[in-house]
Amino acid sequence: MLKKKNKVDKGKYGIYFVIPYFITFLLFALYPVIYTLIISLQKWDGISLNPAFVGLKNYVTLIHDALFYQAIANTLIMWICAVIPQMVFALFLAVMFNSAKKIKGKEFFRAAMYLPNLVTPAAVAVLFAFLFDWQTGAINKILLDLHVISKPVNWFLSEYSSRGIMSLISWWMWFGYSTIIFGAGLNNIPVELYESANIDGATHWQSFKSITMPLLKPTVLFAAVTSLIGGMQTFDIPYVMTGGQGGPNNKTLTVVMYLYNTAFQNSNYGYGSAIGYGLFILILVFSIITFKFINRNADND
Amino acid sequence: METKVKRTNNMRTSSKTVAWYILLIILTLICLVPFYIMIIDATHTNGEIASKLWLLPGAALLDNYHRLVESVPIWRGFGNSLFIAIAVTAVSGYFSALTAYGFSRYKFKGNKMLYAIVLGSMMIPMQLGFIGFYQLISKMHLLNSYIPLIIPSIANASSVFFIKGYTDGAVHESLIEAARIDGSGEFAIFNKIGLPLIMPSVATMSIFTFIGTWNNYLTPLILISDMDKYTLPIMQVVAKGVYKTEFGAIYTCIAISVVPIMIAFAFLSKKIIGGLTIGGVKG
Repeated sequence: MLKKKNKVDKGKYGIYFVIPYFITFLLFALYPVIYTLIISLQKWDGISLNPAFVGLKNYVTLIHDALFYQAIANTLIMWICAVIPQMVFALFLAVMFNSAKKIKGKEFFRAAMYLPNLVTPAAVAVLFAFLFDWQTGAINKILLDLHVISKPVNWFLSEYSSRGIMSLISWWMWFGYSTIIFGAGLNNIPVELYESANIDGATHWQSFKSITMPLLKPTVLFAAVTSLIGGMQTFDIPYVMTGGQGGPNNKTLTVVMYLYNTAFQNSNYGYGSAIGYGLFILILVFSIITFKFINRNADND
Repeated sequence: METKVKRTNNMRTSSKTVAWYILLIILTLICLVPFYIMIIDATHTNGEIASKLWLLPGAALLDNYHRLVESVPIWRGFGNSLFIAIAVTAVSGYFSALTAYGFSRYKFKGNKMLYAIVLGSMMIPMQLGFIGFYQLISKMHLLNSYIPLIIPSIANASSVFFIKGYTDGAVHESLIEAARIDGSGEFAIFNKIGLPLIMPSVATMSIFTFIGTWNNYLTPLILISDMDKYTLPIMQVVAKGVYKTEFGAIYTCIAISVVPIMIAFAFLSKKIIGGLTIGGVKG
């Protein structure tokens, strides 16, 4: 009796353990989110003491802003061109690592392919800006030596190759990571399923299609949605590579770059905040679409 | 006849294996060659780099290095980044463990609801409160200070989530009860018994917190405007602008940030990749 009472009593102490977290969360995470919403209803240069309340004007401007749509399109195009090869390579490699027992040095290959993910994105951007430099960069030299091109290409003049390079870097940084995540998902699939499929005379492709794909779906969904959320917030690499401009012709300007330039370069904090909320709604909508897309495929099978 | 079939099968598997190896080696080269070029070009003069592709090191590393440190205080940036990353890792590790332990070990009023808030907060993209955060820090007169880079990491939702999952299984009630009978306070029990038991998960999380902080570019970019307080990524982007054609110096500059990560990864790769898959499966 006494012991039980004692135990119930101690339960209350838990609140003291989580209080620091919630004070910090309220002050530095939740309050800024609400404060940003308030700023988004103002016209404010960030300095004047009396920001003018303008209601939904920033949002009205936003939904008529061609550059905002351009930034969304850029961000989505660069994400899709990176995520599809990323997922395909990762799925292929993960299945291979899992089934080809004879391959030696799996750990090394996996680690080497994951390394680009750990390196500072800003440093990666500087590195690739110089590797792709048209006069002195290593990429043109390699392609010239291999006779793929006959004269140096100025990659950053064209919107296609500029976006292509951003997607390439993103693929380079993330396919190794996805391989590891998919590998963990594959490990959770019971081996017996493949064995009995094998006894029933199923081909590799058939067991991939009817065992691996459906059972790996939650892992793929997780990877796709986290990649989408990260991809929609792309900033470091296009910002550093294009010197903040998103060139050529704003074709590599991402939504977060637009937000940053609007608020922190042009001191238009109200409109920048509206872009932030616009981005949030976009991420929400696209996450639902991605979720539905992957789950609908499941129903068709 | 039978042996013949077997041999063709073997040949087919071995040629398939060779194809796998070729693919793996190509992909590994794609992942490593940019770093290799970075290191090699850091040892060549600008003229050399501009003239051809080098595969072997040159003799200009020290020259490049001296030119770099002449106008960019790169070690200052390195030290600043190191300080912030260590501070964030320590603060986030300790408070995440504290929070996770509180949720895992105590049945207080509102436990479930508050934990749901922690999980829900993981869905909010950081950019949503970005401008509000900047303005708040500005009003608190904390711009150009490391406090707003360090203190907010007390509330690290994904870290709490990860460590709580571990705490649920790692800390036995009997140990805590025994300590209570010995008369230890709840907070002392956490520090002496709880924290050491959940340390493996804190350590795994700490690697990711450290790397994430070390690599962070955007937050210090908006908060810090003193050159002396710049972090390494900002310093590198500055160097990109300063040394437009000094390729050797730039490659040296990037190598200073990338090589330590490569060395750390060489030692910790098993732990890092292991931690990744636990997070991935659970998430």
